[in-house]
Amino acid sequence: MLKKVAIVGASLAGLAAARALRQQSYEGEIIAIGAERHEPYDRPPLSKDFLTGACTAADLALGDDDEDLGVRWRLGTTATRLDPRAGSVHLAGGEEIRVDGVIVATGARARRLPHTGHLANVRTLRTLDDAVALREALLGGGRLVVIGAGFIGAEVAAGARSLGLDVTVVEALPTPLAGPLGAEMGAVCAHLHGDHGVRLLTGTPVAGLAGTDRIEAVELADGTRLPADVVLVGIGAQPNVEWLAGSGLAISGGVVTDTHGATGLPTVVATGDCAASFSPFAGRAVRAEHWTHALEQPAAAVASLLGAPPPRPPAVPYFWSDQYGVRIQFAGHREEGDTVRIVDGDPEQRAFLALYERDGEPVAVLGMNQPKLFTRWRRQLRAPSPIPTAALEPR
Amino acid sequence: MMRPVCPLADIPRGEAYRWAIDTPVAIFHTDDGEVYAVDDTCTHQDASLADGWLEGCEVECPLHASRFDLRTGQVDAPPAKKPIRTHRVEVIDGVVHVAVAEVEAGRS
Ligand SMILES: Cc1cc2nc3c(=O)[nH]c(=O)nc-3n(C[C@H](O)[C@H](O)[C@H](O)COP(=O)(O)OP(=O)(O)OC[C@H]3O[C@@H](n4cnc5c(N)ncnc54)[C@H](O)[C@@H]3O)c2cc1C
Ligand code: FES
Repeated sequence: MLKKVAIVGASLAGLAAARALRQQSYEGEIIAIGAERHEPYDRPPLSKDFLTGACTAADLALGDDDEDLGVRWRLGTTATRLDPRAGSVHLAGGEEIRVDGVIVATGARARRLPHTGHLANVRTLRTLDDAVALREALLGGGRLVVIGAGFIGAEVAAGARSLGLDVTVVEALPTPLAGPLGAEMGAVCAHLHGDHGVRLLTGTPVAGLAGTDRIEAVELADGTRLPADVVLVGIGAQPNVEWLAGSGLAISGGVVTDTHGATGLPTVVATGDCAASFSPFAGRAVRAEHWTHALEQPAAAVASLLGAPPPRPPAVPYFWSDQYGVRIQFAGHREEGDTVRIVDGDPEQRAFLALYERDGEPVAVLGMNQPKLFTRWRRQLRAPSPIPTAALEPR
Repeated sequence: MMRPVCPLADIPRGEAYRWAIDTPVAIFHTDDGEVYAVDDTCTHQDASLADGWLEGCEVECPLHASRFDLRTGQVDAPPAKKPIRTHRVEVIDGVVHVAVAEVEAGRS
């Protein structure tokens, strides 16, 4: 029986794991190690209401004052190495913690542009500290250039626009969001920028950033020079898994796990944004980077660690995004080659529901300002049956 | 004070109506024929519960799936932490009447 469990990463998935441990009647010690000095907080508002000032840092708290999980929090502490054979987690500063179970929930960090660290007002957005700095920079006004028209880039563009900045978004791909939504629907979402007076330049990669100690301009590969007072680099995230080197865990675009967070090592599970988990919807390992996944998967990972059956089958993947007062919601899994058609509303009105199909079967649904209808469709999407079991390849 | 809202016939069973007053109210007509009224805006973040999923006496928020008990306003499933304010409902001559609660919801 497990007596001492370490949760590494004290954010959404880490907190959900602590709650799940107690819910699943684990009575031993829990120690939660988090690199950030903040108590667990919610990230989605960082690019939305927090950026515009519509909510404060206090509103972001994920924990509940009334709740006593009996967790020893080690915040502001980074784990540097995992040695599963010795059952130890090594911390920056040299301390070694002995445990008999480990939940890896170290999430992801924003990808950066190389050689730009010296330029003031070139920002990324992943943490509360990032958001505070970005908001401060935006309150200075002027011209914002967003590099990358993904969800976070689009949300920051929208927020900055509402704060009165002059905003340009640059995207290397011909169509933004083509990965998650497909080119057709990506293009529909991209119209939102133009609706609100934000310039969108697509198909042209960034060649470099100009400036000596402050950013002055973003230079594109076609020679375009975009003067800038602030730059937000929104080019995706990468998993925080370097500290697991030498642990024996399989790492491939994240910690490789089965659907329920189990790794090749019986005493270690991984969950949330750091895990590349087998998805019955995709039929392969996917590193989901969605809030709902990081909230729900830890219960399954905890069951795996405790040797219990998963509490419930994996839910249909889901995420949302809020841009320019428009709510975008997506559920399911889209593959290249799926067809998409509008089943309700009108993209021109920025209110519609689109259905993705494969071999005539619905596989995903996208809603823009259609929460009610979207919810109905989302509930109808089911995992392909029978759910294939993951093939784990421990190394 | 009871205020008339709409004919009950306008809200089929299993459906909800969003009453767009100052602080909007969601009125639910359950499959069993009961009628409940709660604040429309989720206590977690910004979503309309009238757009949510009604099951029995419970509504699931359409954004992050918090669940509220329509009878008491209690949170049945997170991420919401605060209960939703409930309002008294009466159906008088086929018309839904709601008395909007004055006080903030407590932790009953
Ligand atoms: C700005 C922003 C907006 C978003 N908006 C949406 C949205 O609208 N919809 C949606 O579905 N999703 C959204 N997401 C994604 C969602 O927030 C993530 O999926 C979720 O935060 C993942 O949770 P996690 O706990 O797995 O990882 P994270 O939240 O990344 O947390 C990991 C934690 O582990 C810590 N850590 C890392 N390495 C170590 C180490 N070695 N030792 C100790 N601690 C460590 C990190 O400091 C961090 O605190 C957004 C994300 C961001 C950043
Ligand atoms: S807004 Fe309702 S659960 Fe988040």
